[in-house]
Amino acid sequence: MMTPAKGRRTRIVLGEVARARRVNRTRRELAEQTEIGDALIKGLVRAQLALALRLALLVGLGLGTLPLLFTVAPALGGVKVVGVSLPWVLLGVLPYPFLVAVGWIYVRMSERNEREFTDLVEK
Amino acid sequence: MSNPWALPAIVLVTLVTLVIGVYGLRFARTTSDFLVASRSVSPTWNAAAIGGEYLSAASFLGVAGLVLSYGLDVLWYPIGFAAGYLALLLFVAGPLRRSGAFTLPDFCELRLGSRRLRRLVTAFVVFIGWLYLLPQLQGAGLTLRTVTGAPYWVGVLLVSAVVTGGVALGGMRSITFVQAFQYWLKLTALALPVAFLLLHWRADGAPALVEPKSPVGADWLLPGGGDHSGQGLFGTYSLLIATFLGTMGLPHVLVRFYTNPDGRAARRTTLGVLALVGVFYLFPTIYGLLGRIYTPGLAKPDSVVLVLPGAVVGNSGLGQFLGALVAAGAFAAFLSTSSGLLTSVAGVLSTDVLGRGSVRDFRLSALVGGLIPCGLALAVADLDVSRVVGLAFAVAAATFCPLLLLGIWWRGLTDIGAAAGMLSGGGAAAGAVILTVLGYAGHGWWAVLITQPAAWTVPLAFFVMITVSLATRRRIPTTVGRTLLRLHAPDALRL
Repeated sequence: MMTPAKGRRTRIVLGEVARARRVNRTRRELAEQTEIGDALIKGLVRAQLALALRLALLVGLGLGTLPLLFTVAPALGGVKVVGVSLPWVLLGVLPYPFLVAVGWIYVRMSERNEREFTDLVEK
Repeated sequence: MSNPWALPAIVLVTLVTLVIGVYGLRFARTTSDFLVASRSVSPTWNAAAIGGEYLSAASFLGVAGLVLSYGLDVLWYPIGFAAGYLALLLFVAGPLRRSGAFTLPDFCELRLGSRRLRRLVTAFVVFIGWLYLLPQLQGAGLTLRTVTGAPYWVGVLLVSAVVTGGVALGGMRSITFVQAFQYWLKLTALALPVAFLLLHWRADGAPALVEPKSPVGADWLLPGGGDHSGQGLFGTYSLLIATFLGTMGLPHVLVRFYTNPDGRAARRTTLGVLALVGVFYLFPTIYGLLGRIYTPGLAKPDSVVLVLPGAVVGNSGLGQFLGALVAAGAFAAFLSTSSGLLTSVAGVLSTDVLGRGSVRDFRLSALVGGLIPCGLALAVADLDVSRVVGLAFAVAAATFCPLLLLGIWWRGLTDIGAAAGMLSGGGAAAGAVILTVLGYAGHGWWAVLITQPAAWTVPLAFFVMITVSLATRRRIPTTVGRTLLRLHAPDALRL
């Protein structure tokens, strides 16, 4: 009477083992540097680097063009925003929230890249 | 203008720092104790600790002094000091933490497997560490002279002795709590007086920023100080490159990343540091601007933060209290940054130069590592604190920035390529720094290229590192795939 019950249980366990083996296979591809594993990790590295470079470019354009702007248009120095001269606001206050915002975007998006990669490997 | 509260405040900060450090040491006797304790540290605490170690004399005194002397253009210094953490976040924080390397020489050996390259990296770590320690000690001498009237050398020797003693005894090592405490102390010491200063400024009828008697005139408020030649623009960009790319190569910054549990926490910590440092940098500008109104002809501009409370609020009880508070904050800045730097310098000296990393070697190294910058600070007293720190960033940007960026993101890096790049770019930057510090910078374009070298030394270092690596392609380590997997695979996979 015990044997059929055992049989049913064994089937379910077998299914889990099969899935576990598939997980292990992708992990092993990564760990053993097979062609597939190598391509997977290269894709992740490329995605993270592209994200970082894009955001660095954003900062470069956002802050890096200011010295040039002041040189090309010195008249900006005379503009006032609520009683404070515009260059002082642009250099003394605004860069910091801007940098933190870019950093926040990076943390979110890089974590998303990693989550997608993890899902891909563990599926 | 001695302030009776200042000396007790300074002594108190020093004692509290030492006591917390020594008390903390009782809990953590071994390396693994440090690590276990570290793993329970949240990104918020860690960020405050890194911020506490990072905000040095250059940030606390130097930036306001530069604003007082040179006006708008020097606001690029604090922007660069903060933006450097963004570069660190984007390109280095996560992978470096996952590498498990504790110092730059460790990372180098792990990635490229060369002992000789490790020694070269060590030499640059020590050079940058000393260059960064120099202005901290100068700031200490200046602060003590300003608030108590003691000669310059007293402050230099005092901070050197406390820091060297503290590091040699191991009392300041890796105690996150001390550093986090220092951050909040520094922020309070700078922000609280600002509130009173601004109230007094309004009560005085909000006098205009430009006084007719100011020697530089209205141009001080304008970009380029009214000078629109290409030289100023080149200098600004060069400074931006140095600070944006140099922060990741500072020895005392990288060490602290090891206290994060994993790569994800390392990124969150870096974002926290960016926010904390950004909040801090809103204040020195205000000191510089108010200093322009109340203390325009200051002989030592770096002391503006220290003298302003007395000059604005008056030398009564409140003015003296605020003066003592900023003096205490300044000392917190010297102690925390110098301890972090000396720990890093002594760490690499003891494992790679003077011994094999025993506690005895470490103590000897701390002594040697502390004596040399102390001697230098006594010899050269007349440099702007922030400018010297800017030079340390320039050397870091031309050596460790390419090493880290290419090491983390490019498979093709070789040990010979890395050495050639660091020797050419870093050698050029170090030469330029030595000329500047000794006062042989020259005039005109030549002087701009020497005093702000990053704009040409950083591209040079990258170019040489990449071309030599391509030429020595056969030396790419066989373990590169495994190393990069370790650096970039998400923590959740636990590979």
